[in-house]
Amino acid sequence: MELNNAKTMAEYASAGEKPEVLFWVGCAGSFDDRAKKVTRSFVRLLNRAGVQFAVLGTEESCTGDPAKRAGNEFLFQMQAMMNIEVLNGYDVQKVVTACPHCFNTLKNEYPQLGGKYTVLHHTQFLRTLLNDGRLKVEGGEYKGKRITFHDPCYLGRANDEYEAPRALLSELESNISEMKSCKEKGLCCGAGGAQMFKEPEKGNKDVNVERTEQALETNPEIIAVGCPFCNTMITDGIKAKEKEASVKVYDVSELLDNTFKQ
Amino acid sequence: MEWIDNVIFTVILALASFLFAKNANKIRRNIFLGKEINRSDRKGERWALMAKVALGQSKMVVRPVAGFFHILIYVGFVLINIEVLEILIDGIFGTHRVFSSFLGGIYTLAINFFEILAVGVILACLVFLARRVLVKIKRFHSPEMKGWASSDAKNILYIELALMYALLLMNAVESNFDSETVGPFLISGLIAPLFNGLEQSSLHILERTFWWLHILGILAFLNYLPFSKHFHIFLSFPNVWYANLDQKGRFSNMESVTEEVKKMMDPNADPYAAPDPNAPPPERFGAKDVMDLNWVQLMNAYSCTECGRCTSECPANQTGKKLSPRKIMMDTRDRLDEVGKVIDKKGSFIDDGRSLLDDFISREELWACTTCNACVQACPIGIDPLSIIIEMRRYLVMEESAAPQELNLMMANVENNAAPWQFAQADRLNWLEEA
Ligand code: SF4
Ligand code: SF4
Repeated sequence: MELNNAKTMAEYASAGEKPEVLFWVGCAGSFDDRAKKVTRSFVRLLNRAGVQFAVLGTEESCTGDPAKRAGNEFLFQMQAMMNIEVLNGYDVQKVVTACPHCFNTLKNEYPQLGGKYTVLHHTQFLRTLLNDGRLKVEGGEYKGKRITFHDPCYLGRANDEYEAPRALLSELESNISEMKSCKEKGLCCGAGGAQMFKEPEKGNKDVNVERTEQALETNPEIIAVGCPFCNTMITDGIKAKEKEASVKVYDVSELLDNTFKQ
Repeated sequence: MEWIDNVIFTVILALASFLFAKNANKIRRNIFLGKEINRSDRKGERWALMAKVALGQSKMVVRPVAGFFHILIYVGFVLINIEVLEILIDGIFGTHRVFSSFLGGIYTLAINFFEILAVGVILACLVFLARRVLVKIKRFHSPEMKGWASSDAKNILYIELALMYALLLMNAVESNFDSETVGPFLISGLIAPLFNGLEQSSLHILERTFWWLHILGILAFLNYLPFSKHFHIFLSFPNVWYANLDQKGRFSNMESVTEEVKKMMDPNADPYAAPDPNAPPPERFGAKDVMDLNWVQLMNAYSCTECGRCTSECPANQTGKKLSPRKIMMDTRDRLDEVGKVIDKKGSFIDDGRSLLDDFISREELWACTTCNACVQACPIGIDPLSIIIEMRRYLVMEESAAPQELNLMMANVENNAAPWQFAQADRLNWLEEA
């Protein structure tokens, strides 16, 4: 089984075939070195489960999320309409993405502009793969490890999904401890609303450091995340607290993927 | 001359009602300065939400202490008002405890119940005062809570205490009447001995005094409301009913923009076509001032109770940034009041050289928001400060091109390379080869 394989939508189309699902990689997942690892982990899991998936490759472009949150509705809608043209051109029905920002935008803001798809966050999709028995995971190296999960705002509060990532973590037989503020009350990592791309305003602390401190209060060995931006922010927070040696930051899909490593 | 009292009462009641109606109507007028938005869909869900969140206080109890005492005041306030109905009838027609004659034993039961509620209200008010004055809970002492906002919160508690005391004392005095017809009641019976030994005539004067204090207090309270955050006792219900029912992550798609983008992307459109001379002037994108917001956002501003639950959950505020979602709501209301005063004076709004942006809300505040929705989640009455922040960002970016430099760079990248960073679209699949 070639685990690192991914076919593009164009390849499917020229073979006259249709994939089960489109994996929307997103800009971070395509270009950010840390997020690219998550992309590959997720791809390996998809292949393991025998999912017929496609990516758009060079036909994908930014969903427009950061532009929209920054207030640039023009740029957002231009991006959205271009993407919708591509997606509708391939008659895409189902989309999965490892980025909660892409997830939110595709799911909630595209339909009104003509892009109507079933959109899933990768933790939701992986959960159905587990439930359907297509993917089997054993705790392995994470058995008994202390893990805390940081809720991404755009998966949690924005879309009311708190359980899917936790359901995956519970498969690892690890020891999950919740932060004081979690789920509905989860503190932002500080990256949303286009903050990722600018310096923060004047204050007495950076949001990511505050959130990392909350995570560290649970005395974790691993901080699990579900968003490329949270991943960057919490990793930076861990560096600021000089805890790189003892605390690791992983996307939930990476943890699942790692259980297969010998 | 017995009837003189009734005439005076009726006149005062009429004046107080008129004044209240006038000021409440101004608030209504100000709210409808906002833009149209359709929030009358999905009625069933809206009624259910209102029953749960407003009537059932479901979000208040997320913080159990404040939630519990708020319910004491809320239930007490609503039910004791049934007694006010009796006071009004008595006042107008010169009757005395008009309901007692035909309710009999049930009447005593009801008043006993009200007295217990009154004690609950007193207790809750004392706890709330202590929380504001003695315990110094952080969210009650943010910069925006200086001055009027802080005294307003305390004034309401003082008035409520005074009203409840007057009610209990009135009943207590009456228990000492020779010609006692009702009572003694559960709580006031306990304090009745205080007035033991007073002349019957003095007792009657005292009873009347407390009666008048109580009803005048209520009418004064009523007329204080339009100038207070306490107006939420009227607006929180419709505020919840008209709340956003969509997923919190969904930001509105501006239809005016959709039209323009469609035209731009239409290969058949004539790029040199002259604009339609009869077309109305283009609307402003986003919000610079309160009139650019929609009426639900403006109603939000008048409903805000300044409780600060939003601000205490805000990541920007928690880390010392200037942004406070509560202040966004307070500023919106203060500016709207200011606009209303211009209309009062001049008949219609004439540019006063001020605006919500810059004169009330600074750009620094707007750019500090992470759009995390913590404020929206926290608000017990469904207020959405984030939607105002976004409308104002839209104005800054689309009308003034005044985004922070780094964001301009990000947007230029999205426009040119279809990604927020400087990577070429052709490299989008490189992660695959790197495997
Ligand atoms: S959405 Fe903005 S204002 Fe509201 S809590 Fe989050 S950062 Fe603060
Ligand atoms: S917006 Fe809501 S949570 Fe914030 S102060 Fe006003 S009422 Fe309280």
